[in-house]
Amino acid sequence: MSGTENQMTGAEIVLQALKDNGVEHIFGYPGGAVLPIYDEIFQQEEIQHILVRHEQGAGHMAEGYARSTGKVGVMLVTSGPGATNAVTPLQDALMDSIPLVCISGQVPTPLIGSDAFQECDTVGITRPCTKHNWLVKDVNDLARIIHEAFRVAQSGRPGPVVVDIPKDIQFATGTYTPPSAVPTQKSYQPKTQGDLKKIEEAIALMKTARQPVIYSGGGVINSGPQASHFLRELVELTGFPITSTLMGLGAYPASGKNWLGMLGMHGTYEANMAMHDCDVMVCIGARFDDRITGRLNAFSPNSKKIHIDIDPSSINKNVRVDVPILGDVGNVLEDMVRLWRAASKTVDKARLNDWWGSIAKWRARNSLAYTPNDDVIMPQYAIQRLYELSKDRDTYITTEVGQHQMWAAQFFGFEQPNRWMTSGGLGTMGYGFPAAIGVQVAHPESLVIDIAGDASIQMCIQEMSCAVQYGLPVKIFILNNQYMGMVRQWQQLLHGNRLSHSYTEAMPDFVKLAEAYGGVGIRCEKPGELDDAIRRMIDTPAPVIFDCRVANLANCFPMIPSGKAHNEMLLPDEATDEAVANAIDAKGRQLV
Amino acid sequence: MSAHLQPTGSAYFIAKETELAETHTLSVLVDNEPGVLARVIGLFSGRGYNIESLTVSETEHEAHLSRITIVTRGTPHVLEQIKNQLERLVPVHRVVDLTVRAAGLGHDRPVERELALVKVHGSGEHRVEALRLADAFRASVIDANIDHFVFEITGKPSKIEQFIAIMKPLGLIEVCRTGIAAMNRGPQGM
Repeated sequence: MSGTENQMTGAEIVLQALKDNGVEHIFGYPGGAVLPIYDEIFQQEEIQHILVRHEQGAGHMAEGYARSTGKVGVMLVTSGPGATNAVTPLQDALMDSIPLVCISGQVPTPLIGSDAFQECDTVGITRPCTKHNWLVKDVNDLARIIHEAFRVAQSGRPGPVVVDIPKDIQFATGTYTPPSAVPTQKSYQPKTQGDLKKIEEAIALMKTARQPVIYSGGGVINSGPQASHFLRELVELTGFPITSTLMGLGAYPASGKNWLGMLGMHGTYEANMAMHDCDVMVCIGARFDDRITGRLNAFSPNSKKIHIDIDPSSINKNVRVDVPILGDVGNVLEDMVRLWRAASKTVDKARLNDWWGSIAKWRARNSLAYTPNDDVIMPQYAIQRLYELSKDRDTYITTEVGQHQMWAAQFFGFEQPNRWMTSGGLGTMGYGFPAAIGVQVAHPESLVIDIAGDASIQMCIQEMSCAVQYGLPVKIFILNNQYMGMVRQWQQLLHGNRLSHSYTEAMPDFVKLAEAYGGVGIRCEKPGELDDAIRRMIDTPAPVIFDCRVANLANCFPMIPSGKAHNEMLLPDEATDEAVANAIDAKGRQLV
Repeated sequence: MSAHLQPTGSAYFIAKETELAETHTLSVLVDNEPGVLARVIGLFSGRGYNIESLTVSETEHEAHLSRITIVTRGTPHVLEQIKNQLERLVPVHRVVDLTVRAAGLGHDRPVERELALVKVHGSGEHRVEALRLADAFRASVIDANIDHFVFEITGKPSKIEQFIAIMKPLGLIEVCRTGIAAMNRGPQGM
């Protein structure tokens, strides 16, 4: 290549680097400091730009896109408010380990620090909410930094990165370096192969277990389809029961015979009891989050714990483990399956019979039971019907945050990884709808449904305009109970049923709202009409807002109340008004 | 976990710490790139860790490597987290807990030295006494007038503390300390 061949403007370098990193779609919003990049976008056709209505939407779309494809999601925002609006999705992606590259415009280099129009300290603001970030000060560094940004975002424990590009750098001419010619930063070389000695130690422990449980998480999804494949194989070979975190749903099929359901605060009784009583716990790509463990000093008191994770800081962070295995869960599971096969002759399968007997008893408690109703739609019933009517389709589900999210996790059965997009760590209301748009962009022929609450959906509802513009037939299925249901549930539990600002007195007419945006609105109030209405929603080739009016005061059970252990769950048939009011003692209530 | 936990009546469980806090000295080798110190400090403040002393300077020019020495205080569990969290930062090459390493080598603690500039103002008896004590502490005079001295003193933090305390009644004006530079004894590097 000659010297002049690789000379480009900064804006051209951005587009070339994106193409060389396999980017096909970016989600963004223009503004003064990114105009040169938008000018380049205008003059090419390989990369499709999706114009959002708010930068938060761009971030969540990129997250949904990434989570459903395993690729890196890309967002493009301008300086100042564009960058600050990106903070929520960046932190969301950090906590849920979603690979995201955010390119932001910045005021020209000579103006940095002068409080120029739409200036903010983007790298300073986003430092704690990204895996890494860069301010580009020389156009000749730009290509290298973008390539490195993609590498950092998707390798190791994935996460968001920001590349902040001043406007003068976008105009300046410099040399483009292709990805293959860029040396990687030596200080960042994540370890992906597990230590075989540790894996053997884990196998030895698993062989003798009489009450084992596998607890898998979002790391299995992040590792790729191979990891889910080996997880299923390991479960089949060992005969161990398996539960999963919210983020890990779909890695093992909900129809699988060893499936216990989700664990944690709103997990099933059998999953939490198995976690509490087990003698060997195999944690795979999960991080002992506080929603999972309940009271830490009562967490699974009698078990030896094996923890497979790619992030060393996740090991021994909340719970001390006996056998830590550092590596990519896909690689470690592959080794585990191989070693278990070699060892399986010496494993006595009948030793688990008593354990499965206990599990059957816990299962018989039917912890997800609810009282059906012929007059009003129970939210759990709505999810069950939605599942039944969409399960034979190529379906992707996203959610917002709250009761509807937990009901979706409990009642929607996921058979495959990458089909479930939810904001687990940060708990971002407003995540689900833009995420669904991102999923639909990646899978234009699939059925994409955002299971939403009436409060959450209003946090990013403006993206209806985006869905309509690009003909993305996303379905918003609102469980409308007029409340911020989860807030209300906590107020009932902790604050003497004083429902401070958790009731929405003025609600938009969601049907008219859908129509105003150019979409389709459907309302359903009767259980008897629900199936037809859901079918109509599924068959509509346009964005739909489905206003599903559900029982206003239904609460989400089972539940591990604050400060309680896994074996102290509040079950639905025990959750009388009195039990709810007294679930957390007076002393506990005084503290924050 | 040895932590005692109690119901808080909120969505969170708050641990009452029962482990004893220890003071450790960490050496952190990082790429000398813009913002790297902010990343390290931001991690400490963001996650609620303590910094008792911090020194940083480029140590290998060609390789663009800087060495950050941090004295921090926390329970063994927190100290392990600090090390793991630091290693997660992209420009961080290595983190060594010098205090743990010293124990492994059979030493009480790593070699820790600090430099201080100490300005003392006075005349007559006080002035003579200040100079005499400085000599005893092997502090050198790097600036002087008829009524002041600026001493340069190097040594263990405890020695510097002591010197400053002694200078106080003799007309101490101001002190500037570098923070601790540290490494382990023996032939091995970090």
